[in-house]
Amino acid sequence: MAQMTMIQAITDALKTEMKNDENVLVFGEDVGNNGGVFRATEGLQKEFGEDRVFDTPLAESGIGGLAIGLGLQGYRPVPEIQFFGFVFEVMDSISGQMARMRYRSGGTLTSPVTIRSPFGGGVHTPEMHADSLEGLMTSQPGLKVVIPSTPYDAKGLLISAIRDNDPVIFLEHMKLYRSFRQEVPEEEYTIPLGKADVKREGTDLSIITYGAMVQESMKAAEELEKDGHSVEVVDLRTVQPLDIEAIIASVEKTNRAIVVQEAQKQAGIAANVVAEINDRAILSLEAPVLRVTAPDSVFPFSQAEQVWLPNAKDIVETAKKVLNF
Amino acid sequence: MAAKKNQQFDPVETLQAIEEKFEMVQVLNEEGEIVNKDYDPNLSDEQLEELMKRMVYTRILDQRSISLNRQGRLGFYAPTAGQEASQLASHFALEKDDFILPGYRDVPQLIWHGWPLHQAFLFSRGHFKGNQMAEGLNILPPQIIIGAQFIQAAGVALGMQKRKKEAVAVTYTGDGGSSQGDFYEGINFAGAFRAPAIFIVQNNQFAISTPRELQTSAKTIAQKAVSAGIPGVLVDGMDPLAVYAVTRDARERAVKGEGPTLIETMCYRYGPHTMAGDDPTRYRTSDIDSEWEKKDPLVRFRKYLEAKKLWNEEKENEVIEKAKEEIKAAIKEADGTPKQKVSDLLGIMYEEVPFNVQEQLDIYKAKESK
Repeated sequence: MAQMTMIQAITDALKTEMKNDENVLVFGEDVGNNGGVFRATEGLQKEFGEDRVFDTPLAESGIGGLAIGLGLQGYRPVPEIQFFGFVFEVMDSISGQMARMRYRSGGTLTSPVTIRSPFGGGVHTPEMHADSLEGLMTSQPGLKVVIPSTPYDAKGLLISAIRDNDPVIFLEHMKLYRSFRQEVPEEEYTIPLGKADVKREGTDLSIITYGAMVQESMKAAEELEKDGHSVEVVDLRTVQPLDIEAIIASVEKTNRAIVVQEAQKQAGIAANVVAEINDRAILSLEAPVLRVTAPDSVFPFSQAEQVWLPNAKDIVETAKKVLNF
Repeated sequence: MAAKKNQQFDPVETLQAIEEKFEMVQVLNEEGEIVNKDYDPNLSDEQLEELMKRMVYTRILDQRSISLNRQGRLGFYAPTAGQEASQLASHFALEKDDFILPGYRDVPQLIWHGWPLHQAFLFSRGHFKGNQMAEGLNILPPQIIIGAQFIQAAGVALGMQKRKKEAVAVTYTGDGGSSQGDFYEGINFAGAFRAPAIFIVQNNQFAISTPRELQTSAKTIAQKAVSAGIPGVLVDGMDPLAVYAVTRDARERAVKGEGPTLIETMCYRYGPHTMAGDDPTRYRTSDIDSEWEKKDPLVRFRKYLEAKKLWNEEKENEVIEKAKEEIKAAIKEADGTPKQKVSDLLGIMYEEVPFNVQEQLDIYKAKESK
């Protein structure tokens, strides 16, 4: 097994599926010769040729339309949106078109597209690069939305996403790209979409989270353990569809939960997770389910982002409120 | 003005020179006379007759659709009368393997490409079975978002190029659609990839109520092709022979690997934008209407064919009767289609029904069985 960063695991997954299926096409802005601005597609054009890995004109909506059209010709498009903050330019293709293709064609057509896109705070980007916009995607029926938190998960989930016959939005947190390495098998493997992963088992409190907040939640769990609290960390991995069974199973075990997301309180999916727990497990609860989120402003200019972003300390504080309720 | 003489490049003059180049192509004038012999596509007698049949049939379909809509027996409908040459003569230049990405007024092309009439009626009524295209039928259901089909056409065309198919992607929008960002991205992408696409803008003079001159300062929509570095052509959209000829040429270039073409068909819709309450008298005068009625594609083609002894009243009536009968049968078939259920739709949101949707599906199934 090799030690890989998340970006290496993503490249490896793309290579694996390009080898497996000649219908897989990778395209977007600067993904060809340049290998992508984060080098996620490094070496792919050289290995698979310009016919299958190619640069597009700089227009996100056009990239979305191109993906839909190529899908209609039997291809399995894996376009990159260079930064997910640019998604507004391609919203119609995603929410208005891909997400509805199966439904509006009465089940006869599909958009087997996987849109990969970097997002996430803490890396001092200019405006419109870092926003957590997964909530926009999860409010659209017909899409699947995946957010890996580790290199191992990223590879297995990306392979599953590419093989999926429905459109998948695959969001890659920029801070996780190179922040740590992990053992990642060189052979192919899949992780099913829609399945959460218990990253740490515990009995006193469930932290339900995803993306970069998984790392913060793990740190918080360690802190809390010093005070004798046994904390479970549930990494959703797929935020649409939600693994409701896993969420409920964890809450029924620990009887206390908090939901942690990098997105603002009014955005993301935390409110939805809380509602699902209310609907299904309220009698198991010993305390209200609280949220740790960013505040309801637009994503801040980079000098303020370290305070704006939720961190392990915020999680510990909120966890204590729930544990001591 | 004096300073301008010192400039090496005169952008105003250049623009004017380009705009003047975009003359409207015409083959058959309003009197049904060939005015451009060199560009006559020389269709065979059978082809001429077939194209006339399709135009007459489609005019009847439009009239019947409007009255069925008024009776509450059809739903969403965008009238097509006046655009028969633009729609059907362009389609007449296509092959079965060509893929059509239509706007919502482009139901006629879909029907002549093989979309069964009763399915078009089901689409109008808002039933998903209308949109279930048979295997091998290369069309999408009518697009509602203006311009979205243009970028998708670039993708279908690129796919055809990669598959080495001898086929083209053809997409339609209106003059209003040419203002959308997706219009520019579509023609630009297809141009950049030299993909086999034909982009047809049916300039029927009004985007609902907004007149063409408010859409753009450009003299023609065809000239917008220049910005994408692809050929553009302005054609008399009331002239079936000219529309056929420019589409045929565009198709030939595309399958030869010479890339996409933008076609602007100058035409008119006699009816309202849709049957959902649009009142054209708010934005058009009857003078404009009658000016365009003089250019009518059926009138001029009828004159041309009658002079060639290829058409007469008897033939016309035969087509009208056939259309009426087929429309009646199709309505009956649509009436006989079981009502769609919410559970049918929930079941096709994803390939595999996820947990949350399955719960809701069960609830609706129970509701529907009551």
